Amino acid sequence: MDLVREIDFGTPASTSEKQVTLTVDGKTITVPEGTSIMRASMEAGVEIPKLCATDMVDAFGSCRVCLVEIDGRGGTPASCTTPVGEGMVVHTQTDRLNAIRRGVMELYVSDHPSAWNETPGTGASEFDKVAAEIGLTENRYGTEGRNHVAPGNGSLTIDYMVRDESNPYFTYDPAQCIVCSRCVRACEEVQGTFALTIEGRGFESRVSAGMHQSFLESECVSCGACVQACPTDALREKTVLEKGLPERSVVTTCAYCGVGCSFKAEVKGDEVVRMMPYKGGKANHGHSCVKGRFAYGYATHEDRILKPMLREKITDPWREVSWEEAIAYTASEFRRIQYQYGRGAVGGITSSRCTNEETYLVQKMVRQGFLNNNVDTCARVCHSPTGYGLGQTFGTSAGTQDFDSVEHTDVVVVIGANPVSAHPVFASRLKKRLRQGAKLIVIDPRRTEMVRSPHIEAAHHLPLKPGTNVAMLTALAHVIVTEGLFNEAFIRERCDWAEFQDWASFVALPENSPETVGGYAGVNPEEIRGAARLYARGGNGAIYYGLGVTEHSQGSTAVIAIANLAMATGNIGRPGVGVNPLRGQNNVQGSCDMGSFPHELPGYRHISGDAVRDIYESLWGVKLDNEPGLRIPNMLDAAVDGSFKGIYIQGEDILQSDPDTKHVSAGLAAMECVVVHDLFLNETARYAHVFLPGSTFLEKDGTFTNAERRMNLVRKVLEPKATYADWEATQLLARAIGLDWNYTHPSEILDEIAATTPSFAGVSFAKLEEMGSVQWPCNEKAPAGTPIMHIDGFVRGKGKFIRTEYVATDEKTGPRFPLLLTTGRILSQYNVGAQTRRTHNVMWHDEDRLEIHPHDAENRGLRDGDWVRLASRAGETTLRALITERVAPGVVYTTFHHPDTQANVITTDFSDWATNCPEYKVTAVQVSPSNGPSDWQEEYEELSRKSRRIEGRLEAAE
Amino acid sequence: MTVTIYIPRDSGALALGAEKVAKAVETEISERGLDAKIVRNGSRGLYWLEPMVEVETPAGRVAYGPVKAKDVASLFEAGLGLTTHSAHPLFLGDPEKIPFLAKQTRLTFARCGITDPLSLDDYRAHGGLKGLENAVAMAPADIVKQVTESGLRGRGGAGFPTGIKWKTVLDQTDDRKYIVCNADEGDSATFADRMIMEGDPFVLIEGMAIAGVATGATKGYIYIRLEYPHAVATMNAAIGIARQAGVLGVNVLGSPNAFDMEVRVGAGAYVCGEETSLLNSLEGKRGVVRAKPPLPAIQGLFGKPTVINNVISLASVPIIMDKGAEHYKDFGMGRSRGTIPIQIAGNVKHGGLFEAAFGLSLGEIIDDIGGGTATGRPVKAAQVGGPLGAYFPRALFDTPFDYEAFAAKDGLIGHAGITVFDESADMLKQARFAMEFCAVESCGKCTPCRIGSVRGIETLDKVAQGVERDKNLALVADLCNTMKFGSLCALGGFTPYPVMSAINHFPEDFGPHPMKEAAE
Repeated sequence: MDLVREIDFGTPASTSEKQVTLTVDGKTITVPEGTSIMRASMEAGVEIPKLCATDMVDAFGSCRVCLVEIDGRGGTPASCTTPVGEGMVVHTQTDRLNAIRRGVMELYVSDHPSAWNETPGTGASEFDKVAAEIGLTENRYGTEGRNHVAPGNGSLTIDYMVRDESNPYFTYDPAQCIVCSRCVRACEEVQGTFALTIEGRGFESRVSAGMHQSFLESECVSCGACVQACPTDALREKTVLEKGLPERSVVTTCAYCGVGCSFKAEVKGDEVVRMMPYKGGKANHGHSCVKGRFAYGYATHEDRILKPMLREKITDPWREVSWEEAIAYTASEFRRIQYQYGRGAVGGITSSRCTNEETYLVQKMVRQGFLNNNVDTCARVCHSPTGYGLGQTFGTSAGTQDFDSVEHTDVVVVIGANPVSAHPVFASRLKKRLRQGAKLIVIDPRRTEMVRSPHIEAAHHLPLKPGTNVAMLTALAHVIVTEGLFNEAFIRERCDWAEFQDWASFVALPENSPETVGGYAGVNPEEIRGAARLYARGGNGAIYYGLGVTEHSQGSTAVIAIANLAMATGNIGRPGVGVNPLRGQNNVQGSCDMGSFPHELPGYRHISGDAVRDIYESLWGVKLDNEPGLRIPNMLDAAVDGSFKGIYIQGEDILQSDPDTKHVSAGLAAMECVVVHDLFLNETARYAHVFLPGSTFLEKDGTFTNAERRMNLVRKVLEPKATYADWEATQLLARAIGLDWNYTHPSEILDEIAATTPSFAGVSFAKLEEMGSVQWPCNEKAPAGTPIMHIDGFVRGKGKFIRTEYVATDEKTGPRFPLLLTTGRILSQYNVGAQTRRTHNVMWHDEDRLEIHPHDAENRGLRDGDWVRLASRAGETTLRALITERVAPGVVYTTFHHPDTQANVITTDFSDWATNCPEYKVTAVQVSPSNGPSDWQEEYEELSRKSRRIEGRLEAAE
Repeated sequence: MTVTIYIPRDSGALALGAEKVAKAVETEISERGLDAKIVRNGSRGLYWLEPMVEVETPAGRVAYGPVKAKDVASLFEAGLGLTTHSAHPLFLGDPEKIPFLAKQTRLTFARCGITDPLSLDDYRAHGGLKGLENAVAMAPADIVKQVTESGLRGRGGAGFPTGIKWKTVLDQTDDRKYIVCNADEGDSATFADRMIMEGDPFVLIEGMAIAGVATGATKGYIYIRLEYPHAVATMNAAIGIARQAGVLGVNVLGSPNAFDMEVRVGAGAYVCGEETSLLNSLEGKRGVVRAKPPLPAIQGLFGKPTVINNVISLASVPIIMDKGAEHYKDFGMGRSRGTIPIQIAGNVKHGGLFEAAFGLSLGEIIDDIGGGTATGRPVKAAQVGGPLGAYFPRALFDTPFDYEAFAAKDGLIGHAGITVFDESADMLKQARFAMEFCAVESCGKCTPCRIGSVRGIETLDKVAQGVERDKNLALVADLCNTMKFGSLCALGGFTPYPVMSAINHFPEDFGPHPMKEAAE
């Protein structure tokens, strides 16, 4: 296998429909108007030397090696900044041009005498390549002049900047920098952070992070765009400098968030030396964030467990065993439990981190092997209301758009989501659109980075009190209806008019007016009215939302309210509009699609449907239970009651991620066989009897489905360190409990999925190889997939308006718990942190902090950094305070990335009325000064240590 | 009857003591109990006579200069302003009859030095606002046509036809357009922009308002260099007055056209006089050059269509709109029409501003008008067009002042500043200075300018030290070729002009220097 090389066209593609024909060095080429000569040339197969141009950013015209001559025009214009013209005759190689190019390269070389690099680069940079191409043989300026290497070689102290090693993933060596500004432009145009600049002037021009700070201290978010853009080795991955250049690469899909970025995993020997964003990836178009780009070190972290382990009691130390023994033991335990306690006493949890194929197999094993429907997935705790709400209103349990749609959006509404932290690559695209002039409305209790950041400012920020989403969304609808801003033609054509009228009469009630709602939600009614008018009348309006919408007792109602808004304004069914859930995990969409819920078979088909069950019964040769099985919280309840005794948990840490930790631990402790199939001894594994070592995304084939319903191939880059990929381990277990499974490759599993599920009928590995990715539904009607849904009408027929009555949560503040806690994520960490905590990302966020408003802090005598006790009626924990005005008075906020914080000890067992999605986003709490970690936390830590003992090994040094 | 005494407020005059002179005159008036008032006018541009004090007499204005504060008492003793034939040694008589002024054709600078710069009444009384009055009654396309027909070309140096630039902006359909006046006058030997802003600010305001009406722009910015505090103050005061009088605002001169403007002050970078850097600086960004296309006329300030013109280009528009295109076009030669304010400076006897139709020869300007060098030594060279202009030897002094004629001799007019050098000038040092200037002022964006200028200094130093002279001169020539054709803007692109003209016209300064080397 070779390195996957992508063509750099030098400048971005033009979207013009008008075509222009020109000749370049005698070759005729037709390109869209507005294309640069450089790009047209490359398309014609003529590569013009370039240093400051790359197709990820706009043309800049600074390096001056891409000059060309054009017949009939004087001078030597830069091909990157000069657009093509009809009939143009371009010459890229003439004596005159070669003289200028050699002259420019000689200047570069005079500033970077290669022999002097204290730390040599790779020797294979674009700069090295261009220098070789141009055939520069000498440097007539000599080496005694000013330059940017260390003082002593003729350079002045003013010209020298020391190498910056502060970022854990890449270095910045100013001595190798040619000041082409590609990094600065990538930071601005691609990432949108504006952390880099050029400081100084003339010869003193230098790339600088922030205000002449180190990269780590600056606003840099370490997305890697600058490193990717650098044509020299001035910005280079440390892994590449240490381990050398990769020898081969494999295009695969990131296993972090639901954006689903495509990467080239670049490998040397049997080690990944670099993850490079893949420009052909349709979700990310060549961009990345700190997690996908750099935080893959967990895959080789020493904490990874590579051998199966058993123990009879959870107080015993672990015993390493063979796969055969572990599988045989597990199978016999499950058989015993089912015999002893009944068919329904066991179940499984599928993982949103694993592939579609793996997820499919887990639910298949539960249904075909356990003969019950006790299967659930972590989407229960995040986006289950999305599935319900969009299913009810539109007919499909998924977002309506592709990410590219944002390029056509005029008004963006972000509700309960902070894409800058949780979906960074999409946030970059969103911010780019906002910088182009789209308007932004943010509905969030916190003043997130979306509200105001460089060159971005929300037109309206509605900082509502946590728990009042439904009221706020209905108030927006109130304005749209009462001010006549709805799209009657759209509603009459695509929705049920009578249902609309019923809904309209409901939202128009005075109790739903901004004036009333604003009063208790703490938002200025005029802002609510302004936001509603902007969304309804501002052009293409698109709603993006996250867990701040779903993780509420009325999460499903809020999703329905969002769908109502989109239908009422006609913002559905074309590019630039839609309702877009930002899914948290790489394959949370896929795990839902694959039948992970106890009431649904793959493709969201209810288990009670005879026709659907027939399909599987005839294929699997068993009789399926027609009653929905247990959801995660019900399994735990049943365990506490003594009727649920065994569980197979693949790639999920329910003890840390599910609400009311004490309840979860009680449930797990009551079980007799807990099987954890994971990379690490996670928190749940403290209660496990069997540990099956998992495989990372680098170690298997399969597919992930991202938030835009896009199925991307996951390709095996390395052999599984623990012998088996997860799908293979599940198959071993299934075979051990008597199922005749004989899959030899995940493609065969996908074929089974396609054969049994109409929305995936057209999907296969072969098609994905050919097209790169497809968005479901993909079948005879849409052989190339469906980027945008509901184009000519809703999937369910007529769009359904449903009343959304606001019912305040029972979780209320009072004298004992006067503050509202809401939770979220930070950029550098991912969910429970199992992966990111095992990478250098901890340098940005090494603990969870409690954000509290200065007013509330002062009332409690708290200073920034003080230890505080955070207590709710469910439990208490301790962490350090961060005083900030990002949260409103009365609201506190924390992240849940670190297990020692145990934020979910605090969260309650309240949940969404329709789907049991826990109410993470609203917990009444009290905050008070504290001396340090609580007794509970210290006990917990001791217990963790004990539970992780492995026989014959020294305790893992944490 | 009150006697009016004019004492310039122009920076040049102030630098020569005009403020002290004004104080002294004030003291004399009050001590002597005279019925007199002082008007602080602009400069006439005869800087070797500044501070030039003028007195309004029944027979017209008479001038004295250069006046020092200590001369003031004696002026009053000699009957300041009471006679048109004073015996005082500083008496100059009718200023208009001073040959330097008498030989000029003052169109753009018609009022400069005559009126009170901040009196809108004065401005009107001397023909001001007629151009704008005509313009608001015309269709925008007709205004653009008239400017185009006048043959006016950009006076900043590039010489691009102003009317064509305006037409491009007029043709854009954007919701917002801008007029930007480039008053970042940074070339050596230039002061015309400053003089007009300090001496007749309303003519610039009027010109910009006409540009706004003609192109549909409603907002103007004057980007003035930091080093011109008096121009900044005068322009700000004048804009306030114009706003009060309805010259600026939502209804320019009562018409439906809206136009307003404000002054923005630069931060001291020469390169911000380059139009695209200027736009970046105006936007609050780092002053680096933008690649063109897109042209500022299509995507300029804040990405909107923008007319960006030099002060003199805009200040020449009112007379074109007042007297007609033909009137203006009748002056000049070839494709260089109208008048050009030539600024004579350096080692010259009569330094100052000389507005004349195009076509005078360089020799006439330096020898006849400028009166030769101030040191009295023979003229060795003249650099025309600022620090990036070519050095012309005497042999080229027959070149007529005309864009094309200068280009044909590998030179440029630029902003029409002339620096005169006598025979003591060392042209190698001047060539090195050109590279050094480029190195100091480079924005750092493009490689030929950023690195090339530093290498240029180093290589010319080697030539000066006699290190491989021929090889290094050849390297300088190669470098100049790279800079000229490879640079992104005129800073790097024109630095080769002074360097190569010095090498080509004064080879003796670059050759072996037996005397000098022996002495070292």
